[in-house]
Amino acid sequence: MIDFEPTLTDAKILAAVREEGLVARRYARHYDEHEEEFPPDHLPEAGTMRSHARLFGARTDADDGMAVLSMLVAAGQTWGDYSVRLRRPSGGGLGNAALRAAGTPEQQARWGHLLLAMAITEPGCGSDPSRVRTTAVKDGDHWVLNGEKIFVTTGCRAQGVVVWATIDPSAGRAGIKSFLIEKGTPGFVVVRKEKKLGIRSDDTAAYAFEDCRIPRENLLGLDESIPKESSGGFREVMKTFNMTRPAVAALGLGMSQAALDFTRDELARAGVAVQYGAGAASQPALAQRFLELEALQEAAMLTVLRAAWLADQRKANNLESSICKAKAGAAVRTITQGCIEILGPIGVSREHLLEKWFRDVRITDIYEGTGQIQRLIIARTILGYTRDELN
Amino acid sequence: MISFEPTEDQELVRSTVREFAADSLRAAARDADEAGELPAAVLDAAGSLGLVASQIPESYGGVGGERSPITNAIVLEELAYGDAALALAAFAPAEFALAILDHGTDEQRRRLLPALAGDRAAIGALAVVEPTPAFDPSRLATFAERVSGGWRVTGEKTFVALGEGASHFLVIARVAGRDADAAGPYASHAALVVPRDARGLAVGDREPTLGLRALPFARLALDGVEVPDGDVLGGDAGCDVGRIVASARVGLAAAQVGLARAVMEYAIPYAKDRVAFGEPIARKQAIAFLLADMAIEVDAMRWLVWKAASDLEHGRDALRSSHHARSYVASQTMKIADDGLQVLGGHGFIREHPVELWYRHARTLGVLEGVVGV
Repeated sequence: MIDFEPTLTDAKILAAVREEGLVARRYARHYDEHEEEFPPDHLPEAGTMRSHARLFGARTDADDGMAVLSMLVAAGQTWGDYSVRLRRPSGGGLGNAALRAAGTPEQQARWGHLLLAMAITEPGCGSDPSRVRTTAVKDGDHWVLNGEKIFVTTGCRAQGVVVWATIDPSAGRAGIKSFLIEKGTPGFVVVRKEKKLGIRSDDTAAYAFEDCRIPRENLLGLDESIPKESSGGFREVMKTFNMTRPAVAALGLGMSQAALDFTRDELARAGVAVQYGAGAASQPALAQRFLELEALQEAAMLTVLRAAWLADQRKANNLESSICKAKAGAAVRTITQGCIEILGPIGVSREHLLEKWFRDVRITDIYEGTGQIQRLIIARTILGYTRDELN
Repeated sequence: MISFEPTEDQELVRSTVREFAADSLRAAARDADEAGELPAAVLDAAGSLGLVASQIPESYGGVGGERSPITNAIVLEELAYGDAALALAAFAPAEFALAILDHGTDEQRRRLLPALAGDRAAIGALAVVEPTPAFDPSRLATFAERVSGGWRVTGEKTFVALGEGASHFLVIARVAGRDADAAGPYASHAALVVPRDARGLAVGDREPTLGLRALPFARLALDGVEVPDGDVLGGDAGCDVGRIVASARVGLAAAQVGLARAVMEYAIPYAKDRVAFGEPIARKQAIAFLLADMAIEVDAMRWLVWKAASDLEHGRDALRSSHHARSYVASQTMKIADDGLQVLGGHGFIREHPVELWYRHARTLGVLEGVVGV
């Protein structure tokens, strides 16, 4: 039956996530302004506050699907802060998701406990990963990697990384494979930590691989063949994105929700009440603007839940993942820009976090495929066009 | 539990109505618009779907199906995919019946519902909108004043769908002397049942419209119409008029989702077929991205409508979700109709294609209140 209320058990989990988020928020400004520091894996309050994770034991099949709940938890966490967590569990990196999707059971058992980053983007290749130039050349029982990677999320803290490299540059996308490289491997260099507009305490690294030699069994999935059809193998790799697109959308929407909540409170302090149900003529202009932004937030969040719900039903969600990513990416920009517009000068004061959320959310429409790339995917799908027919 | 899964019944109703709307309503839409008249045969066919009677319990003369705002939202999207004017004509009579069912006393239900549930059913119509700029249902100029044994109602209403043929009106008015805002925007409102032959009620000329031209809207003038206490919806306790407003907003938004989907599904094959500079215009990103945005928004809009409908269905407060659904869907539908027309270029401006009709429908639907409920 169609419904949009989380179950009681899940509502408790989400309330606990928000409590932890409020604690994380106390540290948000510090780590934003001290980019060189990493937030700790455990905040001091973790000693006395129990984790929301303890509540998962009460869940049954009658509760919300795990993908749906994960999106709400993700949004609840970034509602507190994008990077700071009361506790940071291991195994939560983007590379961990890739390992779970593409690794053999043995590979998952061997590396699953590490924090794994994911290295795709290169100086000359962003939204089009088929242009990957990092090479992996087989040499006996080893692969030898050479190339540069940038924009590697948690790349400094990570204990290992899943790297996209081509084993046959002439094969295009079909030649791209995922390799797991542990930190400390000779020839694997962390070149720098990037300085960014927002999500500053989320470290972003640049890597270089210089004759970096790894064992042959570090190829995720162990399949060394190059598929004949143009993009079969590449599609396997791209499968990872079916839940990461909704996830990054949810991360962005957690921050835009925080911006809306702050704006509503500040408006109330100024005596501007937001009234639901009355017509436009009964609302002050600021309240009217707020209502528009809040509706946009709701609309975007529902597209995320839709994509996740399909995943919970084990139904294809490729189109819906792009829809929610495109929708949320644009929505969080509009919402945080609009909240500052509503509140005026105090919206840009660093005394408050609104200006930080405005900076932090901006990446949402860029990473994991820009809004434009998502629209290309959506357009190809609804038009029935191939990559060649619409590019 | 968060779920996007319609029930089996809802899937069945959806496919039945989808077929009917795509075949019968779409085929009749252009002629009905040009003539400014509802085709009787099409309405009879719509009536045989039992959209109203199926929601009224047997004890009140109906068929006794499930009363579900979500099902109604699904039905309205499908009907309006065929044509919004005919969809509203087919479904507007349900709004009066559902208001009586949801908010009436048992006596009111027994008295009023059986006549609405029959084969050649009588029609009840809601009278909400008033002829004022920037109409706002929370700020009405129609007032109900206390008199001995009842109320005296004075004001003007317009955009009363199917009002010309209605046997009863449900007039939304403000109670004179009652202060609104503290207890919510509709705390000072009441809904009053007014029979067509009530003294002081005049049904005026038809309101001519930009879109929805096939759907007749009546104007009402109420000059001291006396309404006995027994005809105040909900009896002495009254009723939550905000819920009637919310239901209507969800109904209109659901119809707009269907309209937007119609535009998108018309524009896509057109853009694939239309060649310019050596290739279909759909292969240009400038056009393809407009279509992608339509797909994004049709999805987002439908979930907002379903969310508000599910709040109504589960008896939760729906003022917030219906407000969001209504305002968001109205603006996005307008944009989709606008972009759809642009994709067709000059052909979008010609009445041979339905897109100019949908463009007029979109602007009209977006500003109405109280015309159709869920």
